[in-house]
Amino acid sequence: MSERKLAVQVQPIDNVASIFAEVNAGDTVEVMARNGSIDPIGVHEEIPYGHKLALRDIPKGETVLKYGESIGIATMDIKRGDYVHVHNLDSARARGDWKE
Amino acid sequence: MADLFYGYERPDGKVGSRNYVAVIPSVVCANEVVEAICGQVMNCRALLHHQGCCQLPPDLERVTDTLISLACHPNAGAVLVVSLGCEGTDVDRLLAAIEQTGKPYNIVRIQEIGGTAKAIADGIQKAQRLSMAISGMQRKAFDLTHFIMGIKCGGSDATSGLASNCAIGYVADKIVDQGGTVIFGEVTEFIGAEHILARRGRTPEVGAKILQKVEEMENRAKSLGCDMRKGQPTPGNIEGGLTTIEEKSLGAIMKSGSRTIEGVLEYPEMSRGKGLWIKDTPGREIEILTGMAASGAQCITFSTGRGAPQGFPILPVIKICGNPNTYERMSDDMDLNAGRIILGEKSIEEVGEELYAKVVRSLSGEQCKGESIYYSKSMDIWCMGPVI
Repeated sequence: MSERKLAVQVQPIDNVASIFAEVNAGDTVEVMARNGSIDPIGVHEEIPYGHKLALRDIPKGETVLKYGESIGIATMDIKRGDYVHVHNLDSARARGDWKE
Repeated sequence: MADLFYGYERPDGKVGSRNYVAVIPSVVCANEVVEAICGQVMNCRALLHHQGCCQLPPDLERVTDTLISLACHPNAGAVLVVSLGCEGTDVDRLLAAIEQTGKPYNIVRIQEIGGTAKAIADGIQKAQRLSMAISGMQRKAFDLTHFIMGIKCGGSDATSGLASNCAIGYVADKIVDQGGTVIFGEVTEFIGAEHILARRGRTPEVGAKILQKVEEMENRAKSLGCDMRKGQPTPGNIEGGLTTIEEKSLGAIMKSGSRTIEGVLEYPEMSRGKGLWIKDTPGREIEILTGMAASGAQCITFSTGRGAPQGFPILPVIKICGNPNTYERMSDDMDLNAGRIILGEKSIEEVGEELYAKVVRSLSGEQCKGESIYYSKSMDIWCMGPVI
């Protein structure tokens, strides 16, 4: 079995990629783009299987992109290699808790 | 050569993939009688639900319409309706619709016959006769223009949108291209991806209808004044790496393939034409599978990552799992391993072809895993208003 830690960037403009491996701090993840090119990124925290890492710095309030589309808004400054999930990414839809 | 499947031709021209006596409670209070009948008589399938009384008139009409569509489903070779007697469902309209199909049917009336035990005895006798009446029917060859495929994803994780949903999308395109019908739903899981679907509408009106249905669903979600997260995406979705509804939706719509969307069906409606259609349903399995069956789908392809086990009483629900680890753990529930796409061992097209072959074999009678262990009691009808 290969020990490579692979992540998938679905569209070139995406600023996150989904990782299909268990990743620990210090691991290098190989992010595969649609054209097959590989971008190695050092990860500094544990990221579970199927979860996302940032491919670029994403300032607070910026749109997080996957499938080439918005999947929500960064709720804090995110750095390349950071774990991206509910702690720093919020949905912008069906927010009954937001005042219009 | 067109691909063929072997199905049961009904008097109204529809073609079934199974040949059951559908035993239908007109109201929740008839469920006990229905279950007792189905426990005794061969080839009977209970279509249990929890509706039909103390609901507002639009919901009662919706329940009646949905039961009509289920009774008219081609996998029901015969129908036995079990009525309590005081329900809000329109039983006369249900029976008139079944009469129109030309299929054998009968009715048990619990209050009229004098209670539960007598109704069970009456129902067993009537179901036995219906079961024997259809038991000699033979399958014949049909092309896929007679096929309606329902599609669904449940218990999604990050693999769903990149593997199993893509394989279903491949099959959806292939069936549409052969003149068949494909229906997908889960309008909640269009939120954040609806602009992509709207662009695929046959006409601007279809696109507008898609946006309208999503807006209605989103407004219902917002009506309690909270963040939808945990309801959608579910805790399991979140643990599986899906952070927001937008991310879940963008993966979910992959299963619709790439063809033009012909229109939007209301929840109780039967299929209205060939090609790719949307059905207005929520994401939860027990209601959407019923909605797909109401469309007349003879088979549902169901994608999962976390391991969703649901089936439906009268049709095969084929499970395709995008997560290779889940497939290993739950291989007695999962029919196909799309996790091989994630592992880089197979392409979307290769797994799509395997799924397509499984679908065609299932239409001709091959069991899927959930069906083989009779996973069928978790169904309900999606209603809009309160219980009153």
